[in-house]
Amino acid sequence: MGMLAAFTGVIRRDLRLSLRHRGDLAMALLFFVIVVCLFPLGTRPEAGLLARYAPAILWVAALLSTLLTLERLFRSDFEDGSLEQMLLSPYPTPWLMLAKLLAHWLSTGLLLVLAAPILALILGLPAKVIPILLLSLLLGTPILSLIGAIGMALTVGLPRGGMLLALLVLPLYAPVLIFGANSVSAAVDGLPVQGPMLLLAAMLVLALTLAPFAIAAALRVSVE
Amino acid sequence: MWTLIKTSFHKLGSPPTFYAFAGTLVPWLALLTLGLMGYGLYGGLALAPADYQQGEGFRIIYVHVPSAWMSLFVYVTMAVAGVVALIWRMKIAEVWITASAPLGASFTFLALVTGSLWGKPMWGTYWVWDARLTSELVLLFLYLGVIALNAAIEDRRTAARACALLAIVGVVNIPIIHYSVEWWYTLHQGPIMANPANPTVHPDMLWPLLMMALAFNLFFFTLVLMRMRTELLDRERNSRWVEEALT
Repeated sequence: MGMLAAFTGVIRRDLRLSLRHRGDLAMALLFFVIVVCLFPLGTRPEAGLLARYAPAILWVAALLSTLLTLERLFRSDFEDGSLEQMLLSPYPTPWLMLAKLLAHWLSTGLLLVLAAPILALILGLPAKVIPILLLSLLLGTPILSLIGAIGMALTVGLPRGGMLLALLVLPLYAPVLIFGANSVSAAVDGLPVQGPMLLLAAMLVLALTLAPFAIAAALRVSVE
Repeated sequence: MWTLIKTSFHKLGSPPTFYAFAGTLVPWLALLTLGLMGYGLYGGLALAPADYQQGEGFRIIYVHVPSAWMSLFVYVTMAVAGVVALIWRMKIAEVWITASAPLGASFTFLALVTGSLWGKPMWGTYWVWDARLTSELVLLFLYLGVIALNAAIEDRRTAARACALLAIVGVVNIPIIHYSVEWWYTLHQGPIMANPANPTVHPDMLWPLLMMALAFNLFFFTLVLMRMRTELLDRERNSRWVEEALT
C-alpha cells in the first residue's frame, strides 16, 4: 500500500467511525450552540452590546467545543490498540496523524464553521462580516485541532486527562483566539482584515508542518 | 553554550557523578548568590538615586526585572533540556526539567506580583490587559501545565519525557504568543535594555540591576541543583550509590 493509500485509508476509517457515532458529532455541535446562547443570558440582551462581543463569544465557544472533541481523537484507538498498530506500521507516524487530524477536523471543526453563521446572526453580528467570520474559523479551527492533538497525545494514557488537557492546551490557543476574534472585530469596525487573516494562515501552515511531528513524538512517550 | 551543555552532560550524565559534583557546587553558588544579592539590594535600595518621575517606587524593578528575565530564561533551559532528554535520553536532563518547572513558575509569579504592586501607584491599577502582562500570565499557565502534567503521570521517566515535549512545544509558542499579544495591545514600559551600548538607565541604577539579575540567575542554579539532587535520590532510591551516598 502506498503512502497516499495509507493516508486516505486512515481518513476513510476515521470518517466512517465518526459517522457511526453521529451522536458524538451532534453533541459537540450542540455544546457550541448552547455556550453561545448562554452569553446573552449572562448580560442584558442589547443588540449593540452582544454584537460587540460576538466575535469573542463565537471564538471562545469554538475553542471550548474543539477541546471537548479532542478526547475522541485518540482515546478509543488507544484503548483498542489500533493506535499502537499505527505507531508500529511502516508508514511515518506524522503522516498518519495528519490523516487522522484531517478526518477529525472534517467531522468537528467543519461543523462548527457551518453552524457559526446562524449563531452570528442570533448575536446580532452584521451579515456583511459573516464571510470574514467563516474564513477566520476555516483557517483557525484546524490550528485548534492540531495544537490540541499534541496535548491529547500527551494525556491519552491518563485515566482522567480531561482537566489536564484543558490546562495544557488552552494557553497555547491564545494567539489563534487573538487573531481569529480580532479579524472579525476589525471587519465589524470596517478596518482591513488582511493582516490578521494572513497571520492566521501563517500559523495554520506552521501548525500543519510541525504539529504532526510533535503529536507522533508525544504518542510515543504516552504509548511506550 | 550548546557544546558546553553537551560535553558537560556527557561527563556528568551518570547520576552518582552528578550528585557528588552538584553537592560540591551548591555551597559555592549559594555564597556567590548571597554576595551578589547583598550588593544588588544595597546598591538598588540605598545607593541608587530615586527616579525623577517614579520616586522611590521604581526600586521594585530590582526584583521585578530579574524575575521577569528569569521566567523566560528558565523556560528556555527547560526546552533545551527537553531536547537533550528526548534525543539522548539523559536522566539528568529529565530531572532538570521537572526540578526547574516550579522554580520558573515562582519567578513568573513574582514578576507578575511585583509588577502589579508597582502598577497600582504608577498606572493607577493592579492589572491591565497589556501585552507583556498577558504573555507573562500565559507563561505562568504554561509552567503550571508542565507541573500538572508531571504530577499526573505516575512513572517518573515517562512524566519527564512528556514534560520535555510540552516544554519544547511551549518554547515554539512563546514568541508567537508574545508577538500576538503585542499586536493586540500594549501599555507596558519599553524595554530598558534595548541597546546595551547606549543605555537609557543611569549607571548607578543599572549596575545594581545587572548584579541582581546575575544573583537571581545563580540563585536559580543553586536551587535547581539542590532540587535535582533530591529528585535523583528519590528516583534512584533502590540503587547502591544512593545507599552509599547517604551512609
